Amino acid sequence: MSELIINPGIEFRDSQLEIYNFRWRLFAAAAFVLLMFGILVGRFYYLQVLQYEHYQTLAEANRISVVPIVPNRGVIIDRNGVELANNYSAYTLEIKPAKVEKKIASLIDELAELIDISPRDRRRFNKLLEENRSLESVPIRTRLSDEEIARFAANRYRFPGVEINARTFRQYPQGELFSHVVGHIGRINQRELDQLDNDGLMSNYRGTDYIGKTGLEHSYENFLHGTTGIEEVEVDSGGRAVRTLSRTAPVSGNNLVLNLDAGLQEVVYRAFGDRRGALVAIDPQNGGVLAFVSKPGFDPNLFVDGIDSQSWSELNESPDRPLINRALAGTYPPGSTFKPYMALAALTYGKRAPQQTISDPGYFNFGGRTFRDDKIGGHGLVDMYKSIVASCDTYYYMLANDLGIDRISAFMAKFGFGSRTGIDIPGESAGILPSQEWKMRRFKQKWYPGETISIGIGQGYNAYTPLQLAAAIATLADDGVVFRPHIVGYVENVATRERTPIEPKALRTLDLKPEYVAVVKQALVGVNREGTGARAFAGAGYVSAGKTGTAQLIGIKQGEKYVEGRVHERYRDHALFIAYAPADKPKIALAVVVENAGFGARAAAPIARQVFDYYLLGKKPVDPAKESDSNAND
Amino acid sequence: MIRRITRFLVAHIDVPLLGAVLLLMIAGLFVLFSASNASVARLSSQLTNVLVALAVMWIFANIPPHYLQRLSLPVYVAGLAMLIAVALYGDIVNGARRWLHVGVARIQPSELMKIAVPLMLAWYFNRHEATLRLVNYLVAAVLLVVPVALIVRQPDLGTSALIFASGCYVLFLAGLSWRIIAGITVAGLASLPFVWSVLHDYQRQRVLTLLDPTQDPLGAGYHTIQSTIAVGAGGLAGKGWMNGTQTHLDFIPERTTDFIFAVYSEEFGLIGNFVLLFLFLLVIARGIVITANAPDLFTRLLAGAITLTFFTYVFVNMGMVSGILPVVGVPLPLISYGGTSLVTICLGFGILMSIETHKKLVQT
Repeated sequence: MSELIINPGIEFRDSQLEIYNFRWRLFAAAAFVLLMFGILVGRFYYLQVLQYEHYQTLAEANRISVVPIVPNRGVIIDRNGVELANNYSAYTLEIKPAKVEKKIASLIDELAELIDISPRDRRRFNKLLEENRSLESVPIRTRLSDEEIARFAANRYRFPGVEINARTFRQYPQGELFSHVVGHIGRINQRELDQLDNDGLMSNYRGTDYIGKTGLEHSYENFLHGTTGIEEVEVDSGGRAVRTLSRTAPVSGNNLVLNLDAGLQEVVYRAFGDRRGALVAIDPQNGGVLAFVSKPGFDPNLFVDGIDSQSWSELNESPDRPLINRALAGTYPPGSTFKPYMALAALTYGKRAPQQTISDPGYFNFGGRTFRDDKIGGHGLVDMYKSIVASCDTYYYMLANDLGIDRISAFMAKFGFGSRTGIDIPGESAGILPSQEWKMRRFKQKWYPGETISIGIGQGYNAYTPLQLAAAIATLADDGVVFRPHIVGYVENVATRERTPIEPKALRTLDLKPEYVAVVKQALVGVNREGTGARAFAGAGYVSAGKTGTAQLIGIKQGEKYVEGRVHERYRDHALFIAYAPADKPKIALAVVVENAGFGARAAAPIARQVFDYYLLGKKPVDPAKESDSNAND
Repeated sequence: MIRRITRFLVAHIDVPLLGAVLLLMIAGLFVLFSASNASVARLSSQLTNVLVALAVMWIFANIPPHYLQRLSLPVYVAGLAMLIAVALYGDIVNGARRWLHVGVARIQPSELMKIAVPLMLAWYFNRHEATLRLVNYLVAAVLLVVPVALIVRQPDLGTSALIFASGCYVLFLAGLSWRIIAGITVAGLASLPFVWSVLHDYQRQRVLTLLDPTQDPLGAGYHTIQSTIAVGAGGLAGKGWMNGTQTHLDFIPERTTDFIFAVYSEEFGLIGNFVLLFLFLLVIARGIVITANAPDLFTRLLAGAITLTFFTYVFVNMGMVSGILPVVGVPLPLISYGGTSLVTICLGFGILMSIETHKKLVQT
């Protein structure tokens, strides 16, 4: 308390003491000031010297924004330079949902007064919005006209959160013609993001909204995408770009030059007409795929920006199943197109000599069952040549029995039956090459010898993709040289125009005796000259080889005859045809399946004829899908 | 004639103090030019403020201290009355009831109390100089706490803290026992939980984000984080005048007013900070010398309070910008843009000069 009572109540004031006390306090205050400034100095030293790097980094991170520059996706062209997939840039009207204050539906109503917005646009917008909640900017209309842009610009103030952006779009100018080959791109989904993350590709996909979903767009994604460029931009606190600091240009994706011929593809497409089916044509000399058709197709452009639900359900629920890639995912019994390989197996295993004949009564009895030939009364004496040219079933019932399932499956496996060809588009089925082991695995049952009989004529458990059939006939045409079928011929660097060929080398050559191959090939020429394919190839300007086939879909009861008119269309037989031409030096080999079309000779062979005429002679068919009836036995 | 005019003009000017203040003002104008993105309008507006403030300084330097002494009580009472009026009828701006309509003008009575409170306390202690007892300190404490409480309630944490500090300096310089100071300090620390409970949410948030600004980097912590980054990124020598990226890309909020020190610090670095601290220290040192030489208790207490309050402004603002104190609305004196604080500060310096230059007059 001594200091509290500075003046203990005495009248006399000790002025000196008072001033001394005051100055002492002032000194303490000055010391306090210095101490506090010392704290500030310490703080400044800490921030500006010790932690300088840290804060400098933070300041740089504040001001520098790294903006990805999305590269142009490579275009896809056919062997003659026809564009199958390309890019165009267009103005799009986009809505930023986070910045829209009112209800989006009423906002779109107001926009629709200025800009034409179709119900489809709305459906697609709603679907996009629903599926991609994280999407910052959702397109409502693309390809705005200059007039629409001007109209919106004048009314822009009414629509906060709506803007027009220039964007690059993928386009498939050929529409559905290449839908099952080229495929399409679509918005990157979560699963694909995870995959990109696993592959360490995330940084290259910054700013990229789309990724290949199907077909070549999917399998060649890494070639097509390119390398994302980087632009370092100085931004202010509002995120607005102030100036560019540095720029690393993007590298455009590579172009794909296909082996496909767009003209040929179109010929095939027209030839099918409204019928369902698939055709694969391959160059036997190098495995390049010349035509690849699955009918019906669909317009891939619908999928690019997310398909609207109505179009989707139309496609998905159509009984024609347009979304299924029949050429590589559809499996069909090969029917009689199996016979040439059976014949080759017979020669190879020494079970038949070319001239060795059997007597065909029109049926084959085995284990109390009768296996019937289509020709009532039989073909009489049949040697190997005739068995193929006239497509005699009895010959192959007997042969299958003599060979046994093990030899058949071992031999057929060499031609690629029952295993994926490894073509460069995804979704391939392996098909079914029946064997004892397969049946045990699949049905947990042993193989019955009776089951082998119908295998001989390409029925039974046999099921192969049109692609496998085409690859097999291409292998046979090239005397056993196996190529992996490939749709892409070259990958082309956009900048240097340098072309890198895809798989020009043969995978392997089958160990086949040339004289046996010659026997079978001679018979295949006979088919188109005097056999089941003769009608379709009458007057052709080249020598071709082929084999018709008919794949039964329903069992026909004993003693009952298959009558086409009585069977519901969807259960009618599939028509098949395998062929190559010219016979001496094959340039093209193909397999065609026409669903529910009956005899191969009548429905499938004429398509092959049009393909060969176009490819070898440059002749365009005048009348597409010309029906030519043939009463020749299949 | 000219000599007489010159004499009339400089007779009550304290040259060392004026020199340091002018240096700071010039520095302030340079920083403001950068902080406002080279806005000439801002600069000329602040130049006007500076001239007005210097005029106010000159006027108060020429008012003898005993006039102020006589005005102390009426000014205090009037200020208190206006504070009460604000609490009852004040206008709410930005969520705080700080402004009072007086005819056509709006005034902020809390600004007046910055000078009225130390004036009143100095007057009170001077009046009871001969018989200072504990009760006098209690009365002084009440005189201090009432306006402070009213301003806290507005709410205006920055101003009330500064006024409270100025009152405390008077109490301290008037000889409040060390034991009581210690006792109050302990009691103050013990009452923190209670203080916490009466704080407004936004005030609590400020304290919380001070402790951990990263909690809310885009909200309440944004100011502190960005200003701290600016200071740290300044480094030793700074990025150079007009070159601060935090400043010019708009990352520093309130960068011409309360956070102008972040701009300065980013552009002039640690060396610049030392220079600035040195200039402030010159002002404070001169203030302490004037205080030490003041002729009587009233002027001593008043000069001491003005000087130490000025220091408090500087410390609180720099501490806030560099992230060691909570964000309270305290401008950096003589540097920040804005007329009110500049005038108030210069008014204080005018009083200091008056005390220094009138002391012989008083003694005779």
